[in-house]
Amino acid sequence: MSSEYHDPANVNNPEHADHHIVQPGTYIAVYITLLVFTGITVGAAFIDLHILNPIIAVGIACFKAVIVMLFFMHVIYQSKLIKLTVSAGFFTFLILIAMTLTDYISRAWGRW
Amino acid sequence: MDNTIVATHDTHAEEHHHSLPQLRHHFETEEQQREAGTFGMWLFLLTEIMFFGGLFFAYLLYRNWYNPAFVAASNQLSIPMGTVNTAILITSGFFMALAVWAAEVRKQSLLVMFLILTTVFGCAFLGVKYFEYKEKWEKHHIPGASFDVSEFINPPVSAKTGKPIEEPLSPDMARKTQIFFVLYFAMTGMHALHMIIGIVLLFWLIARARKGDFSSGYVAPIENFGLYWHFVDIVWIFLFPLLYLINRHPGT
Repeated sequence: MSSEYHDPANVNNPEHADHHIVQPGTYIAVYITLLVFTGITVGAAFIDLHILNPIIAVGIACFKAVIVMLFFMHVIYQSKLIKLTVSAGFFTFLILIAMTLTDYISRAWGRW
Repeated sequence: MDNTIVATHDTHAEEHHHSLPQLRHHFETEEQQREAGTFGMWLFLLTEIMFFGGLFFAYLLYRNWYNPAFVAASNQLSIPMGTVNTAILITSGFFMALAVWAAEVRKQSLLVMFLILTTVFGCAFLGVKYFEYKEKWEKHHIPGASFDVSEFINPPVSAKTGKPIEEPLSPDMARKTQIFFVLYFAMTGMHALHMIIGIVLLFWLIARARKGDFSSGYVAPIENFGLYWHFVDIVWIFLFPLLYLINRHPGT
C-alpha cells in the first residue's frame, strides 16, 4: 500500500503500525453510510416500537460513532497501543455509568 | 516491494536528509513520534468523553425520572433543523477527513480548500443552532424565572383531530420540562463551545497550511485536530437522537 509515502528505511520499530494513508474512496463510503443512518434514525423515531425506540436510536448512534472512530479517526489502522487506549477509555466510561446506576436503581428499590 | 525501493537509495548516505525536520531527537523514528502524538491526543479525548459522559448520565437519570416532561419538551425541538444540522456536521467532518488525506499526499491547495470547507460547514452548523436557540428564547423555553410552562399544561389543540397535539402535563410535571431544557442547553451549548474552539483552531491551521507548513510531510497538527473535530461530531451523533427523537409518535 502507498509505498510512495512509506519510509522503507524504518525497520527499527516493527511494533509501530505502518503509516497508512486512508484514501478518499473510504471517506466517501463512510460519509454516505453516516447520512443514510441519520435518515434511518429519524424515520425509526416516527414508528411506535415502545421500548425498542430508544434502543434503536442509541444503537444506530453507537454504530455511527464506531465507524467515525474506525475510519475518520483511523483507529482501525493504528497500532495495538492506540486501539487498547481507546477501548480501555470506553470501558472505563461504561464502568462509571454502570456503577453509578446501581446506586440510583437500588435507592428506590421496589418503588419504580 | 519496499526492498526494491531501498536498493535504489544509499540509505546510509541519505540518513540525515531522510528524516523530516519536525522529527524530535527523543524519538527514534517518525512512526514512533506519530504514534506518541496520536496516543496523547486520544488521552485528551478520553478526558473529554468523561466530561460529556457526566452530562449524558444526568440526561439518562432525569429522562427516566421525568419521562412525560422529557417527551413533551423534546417534541418542542425542530426535527428538520436537527436533521439538517446533523447532515451539515457530518459533511464538515467528511471534509476534515479529506483534509487529513490532502496533507498526507502533500497537496497544499486541496488541503487549504478542505480546511476552508470544514470551517464553512462548522459555521453553518452554529448558524442553524442560533435560530434554534432564538426560537427557544422567543417561546420562553429557557430555564429560569421567565420560563413558560403554559404550553405543556395546555397544549395547543390540533385543528384536524380536535384533540391536544400533546399529552397535557400536570403543573408539577410541566415544571420538570425545565430540566430537559437545562440539559439541552448545557449539552448543545458545551458542544457548540467545542465547535467554536475548533473553528478558531481551524483559522490558525488554514493560515499555516497556506504557508505550506503541512505539505512537506508534517501532518501531525492536521491529523490531531482531525481527531478533535471528529470527536465533536461523535458527541452530536449521540445528542441528536437523545434530545430530538425521544418520542415522536404522540397519541399512539
